[in-house]
Amino acid sequence: MEFTNLTSFQKDALREIGNIGAGNAATSMSKLINKKVDMQVPSVNIVSYDEMMDLIGGAEEIVATVFFRIHGDAPGTVYFILTIEEAEYLISQMTNDPKFDLLADGFENELAISVLQEAGNILTGSYLSALSDFTNINMQPSIPHLSIDMAGAILTAGLLELSQVSDYAIIIDTKINHSSSIKGIHGNFLFLPDPDSFPKIFNALGINSHE
Amino acid sequence: MNKTQTVISVGIADLNIVSAPNLIRTMGLGSCVGVVLYDSSKKIAGLSHVLLPDSSLTRQSSFNEYKYADTAVPILVEKLVNAGAGKSRLKAKLAGGAQMFQFSSNSDIIRIGPRNVEAVQNILNKNHIPIISSDVGGNVGRTIEFDPVTSKLKIRKVNKEETFI
Repeated sequence: MEFTNLTSFQKDALREIGNIGAGNAATSMSKLINKKVDMQVPSVNIVSYDEMMDLIGGAEEIVATVFFRIHGDAPGTVYFILTIEEAEYLISQMTNDPKFDLLADGFENELAISVLQEAGNILTGSYLSALSDFTNINMQPSIPHLSIDMAGAILTAGLLELSQVSDYAIIIDTKINHSSSIKGIHGNFLFLPDPDSFPKIFNALGINSHE
Repeated sequence: MNKTQTVISVGIADLNIVSAPNLIRTMGLGSCVGVVLYDSSKKIAGLSHVLLPDSSLTRQSSFNEYKYADTAVPILVEKLVNAGAGKSRLKAKLAGGAQMFQFSSNSDIIRIGPRNVEAVQNILNKNHIPIISSDVGGNVGRTIEFDPVTSKLKIRKVNKEETFI
């Protein structure tokens, strides 16, 4: 089976995974910034590498990303992606300091970086634990890595396993919003299971992967 | 002399060639390597955005040859020669090959940036193409743009001044 051929039933199952993970993360985010946080219906996209960069604004777009690998029975990669403005907003909400300039001082604001890393840690951790509970698959996160750089440079790191097998990636993309104002947080969770993980995820959910 | 200058954009695991006065660029190189080959007398250049070092890694029965250093570079050379470049005049400039994240895993995939650079150097050596300059390694993303007229490679990094090599 070419792994990028998904039935609509399988896509629904992957969408549900995104839903459950991001739902839990949205709750955590809400507690962190003490504001209401909504989420959008997840989308499951089968995209080429270049299209993947376009999903978050192009390869050169500068983003703040917390990234970790999933080890265990269904390996994969999870990204939590914020624009620079969103990251600054999140930091100022969490520290009660209204103004942070992430790109100034060559990323030397240790407090800001550490706050962002911890927020990413909490959010991605809650995403993953919901996922693991739901599927009953053993998943352990690696240490989260924070990087503020071009989207293309960051996202290809998650493509490496996949790129030996396919020229397309299956991305489960969920946005969470805190949008009482225009200036808010619209975080993207991208979950990229490794190709071999799809049959395991489908099996765990009781879906025949050859359907 | 009213020529319009266009910029040819090369995607991930892709390659293309360009002739003056046009420019060629690729965005967001992380562990990938941007390989520029050029013939300065003919003002022709090619750019390859290499994702992985070696096509023996593939688990696909048919694969995109532009993805791997060992297959992409010879194709780029051939395209340049077909477009009128002299093979013996070709020179190379490299950028990319960063290590974006420090993993504590024993998988070889973690060193992919340096391995990409080594693979590109090897295949260029094999083809007797000298590397004039390079900006590789570190943990930063790069956007690069080459001008066949000046043979300069412009490199942009986050939060840094643009540099030329």
